[in-house]
Amino acid sequence: MSAHESTYVPKTGVEKWLDTRLPIIRFGADYMSLPTPKNLNYWYTFGGILMLCLVIQIATGIILAMHYVPNTEMAFASVERIMRDVNGGDLIRYVHMNGASMFFIAVYIHMLRGLYYGSYKAPREMIWIIGCLIFFLMIATAFLGYVLPWGQMSYWGAEVITNLIGAIPVIGEPVLIWLRGGPAIDNATLNRFFSLHYLLPFVIAGCEVLHMWALHTAGQNNPVGILIPKEREKKDTLPFHPYFTVKDGFVIIVFLMLFSVFVFFMPNALGHADNYIPANPLVTPPHIVPEWYMLPFYAILRAIPDKFGGVVAMFASIGVLFVLPWLDTSKVRSMRYRPTMRTFFILFVINALILGWCGAQLPDAPVIGDFKTFILIDGDLNSYLWLTRFTTAYYFAFFFVIMPLVGLRETPKQIPATISEPVLSGGDAMTAAAPASAEKKG
Amino acid sequence: MTLQMNIRAMKKTLALIAAVAGLSLAAQPALAVGEKHPPRSGGFSFEGPFGTFDQGQLQRGYKVYREVCASCHSMDLMHFRTLAEPGGPFYDSDQVSPAENRFVRALAKEVQIADIDTETGEPLMRDGTSADRFPNPYPNPTAAAAANGGAAPPDLSVMAKARGGGADYIYSLLTGYAAVPQGLQMRPGQNYNKYMSGDLTPFMPEGAEVPPGGFIAMANPLSDGQVTYDDDTVASVDQMSKDVAAYIAWASDPRQVQRKQTGMGVLIFLFIFAGITYVSYRRIWKGVAH
Repeated sequence: MSAHESTYVPKTGVEKWLDTRLPIIRFGADYMSLPTPKNLNYWYTFGGILMLCLVIQIATGIILAMHYVPNTEMAFASVERIMRDVNGGDLIRYVHMNGASMFFIAVYIHMLRGLYYGSYKAPREMIWIIGCLIFFLMIATAFLGYVLPWGQMSYWGAEVITNLIGAIPVIGEPVLIWLRGGPAIDNATLNRFFSLHYLLPFVIAGCEVLHMWALHTAGQNNPVGILIPKEREKKDTLPFHPYFTVKDGFVIIVFLMLFSVFVFFMPNALGHADNYIPANPLVTPPHIVPEWYMLPFYAILRAIPDKFGGVVAMFASIGVLFVLPWLDTSKVRSMRYRPTMRTFFILFVINALILGWCGAQLPDAPVIGDFKTFILIDGDLNSYLWLTRFTTAYYFAFFFVIMPLVGLRETPKQIPATISEPVLSGGDAMTAAAPASAEKKG
Repeated sequence: MTLQMNIRAMKKTLALIAAVAGLSLAAQPALAVGEKHPPRSGGFSFEGPFGTFDQGQLQRGYKVYREVCASCHSMDLMHFRTLAEPGGPFYDSDQVSPAENRFVRALAKEVQIADIDTETGEPLMRDGTSADRFPNPYPNPTAAAAANGGAAPPDLSVMAKARGGGADYIYSLLTGYAAVPQGLQMRPGQNYNKYMSGDLTPFMPEGAEVPPGGFIAMANPLSDGQVTYDDDTVASVDQMSKDVAAYIAWASDPRQVQRKQTGMGVLIFLFIFAGITYVSYRRIWKGVAH
């Protein structure tokens, strides 16, 4: 499966000429014929969806940049002008705005899929690490982009997040001023944020090329999680095209339907109404919240009573993903064969959703009912503050305690010798969502 | 067996959609905060995926805005020509372009716009044209704030998008002026409104039940019969509130109805496309055990 033999044969004279100078057609053709494990389920289609998301964001973003004015006096009105006076501008803007949310929905599913099937384990560590880098860049890009419409949440979100840098001891203050281009968030900040927001997507695109290169080299993982030996390649893999282009294509269209529901019918449902109030440095919104996809990290930030500690925890919550391949002690890749770990994984997903919920609530607000229990250190036990702390603790425990320990102590289920074996004997729980069934053979 | 396969496939697709939809619903808490008293529904015609604006209502709403709201509130993002965009209050199927719409030209002419003499540069006032923006009632934000107890009345251009609840909220707020609850300590220059955001706890006596709503600087702007409608509609406060809320909802996103109509076509196309792709997928994978 890894770096397969090229089967491309240049036919025309032009192709032959090009192939000895720049084998770009061969590169594409090899990708199309890439042997791909035939048991990939629908969860594996999100890579293609993400590629499309990036293209959509860059295409709409370039057009928006033609009309947008990065000036604190005009930014808000210029975004509205795009939606009122530019041909199709309302669609372009709403596609870009909701596209960010769609991008994150897809990336979270993609990452959880990698986590579940152990796609980060040898020999695929580099695919995973580059993927984490892309995720980090996505967060940065999304944050920078959210500032550009210069609404209340744009301004105050930028205020809160850049202030985090100021929490770093000694160098924090000067770095903060350097980043903002002045003592406060102002025109200089907006200008550089616009510049960086335009730059980073291309860095992401570059990382995506590396991501694909690493994938091409190490080969696709699959739901069974075993490496496909060379001699089984013919039996267990299918060429990427047409088998997976058509399968990915189908899911992409279903995904576009969800995308369309938001863009056409509820374009502002995922955003905050306050961002349609022009930025006003003199009026703080009653409740500053980031976009939904940042909420779990925002919750972790607020869970720590110390500001700098919160910043460290927030960055650690993303940073831990980079070292994931070395925290997992299990030799078994797929959690299909790790029942104990699977339970912890499901708890992890639920925990992450609760963290996101907590990020949107006021820390002092009660979780259940309207009653007080008792003050634990600095807050009532029945408050989002403490729920956030418990869920934050589980988030880190999952990576630093559960992952290393379970890998050493669990007894995994029998792993099939080939990926064809479970197809013939029926799947298990996770395969409810996977296209593996014995009947299909006939 | 084929039926069984199809059911399985359908289940998988549904599971996928559910997973994606579930995740997107997880986004909702961000919006729930600070909406303790949900606004009353205005029962608007433009709600839902098929809803469209009632042009008569938009025209009435524009009149309420022009005669009542516009004396304090700006609508800086609106041009007169926008009123004649397809779906807008004064759209006329005979018009050559929105800018040449006769109603809009007449409406624009009613206002005076500060400009300069193109030859001498001397400041002057001229009649408005359809290309002009709605005039701002105040020369600058400081003047607006000074005339209104220190806080400028908010611009109404995107008001329906800038408040949770949209048009329903605007309608509720305009009809939400009520007698001051017993015991509430009023702040000078403020009015009580059942739907205004805020927390009245500090202004109530200890232990008393806290009423919904908050303080609002704007005094109740509407009274029955305040605007003379050009159709037979009775200009009650409720009716005027509803009409102006509909107008502001339109102005906040003038292309929303066209977008929904495009969206229907897009969804139908994608649905058929998905079906065809799914059939191709089944055919290509036929006979492959996987």
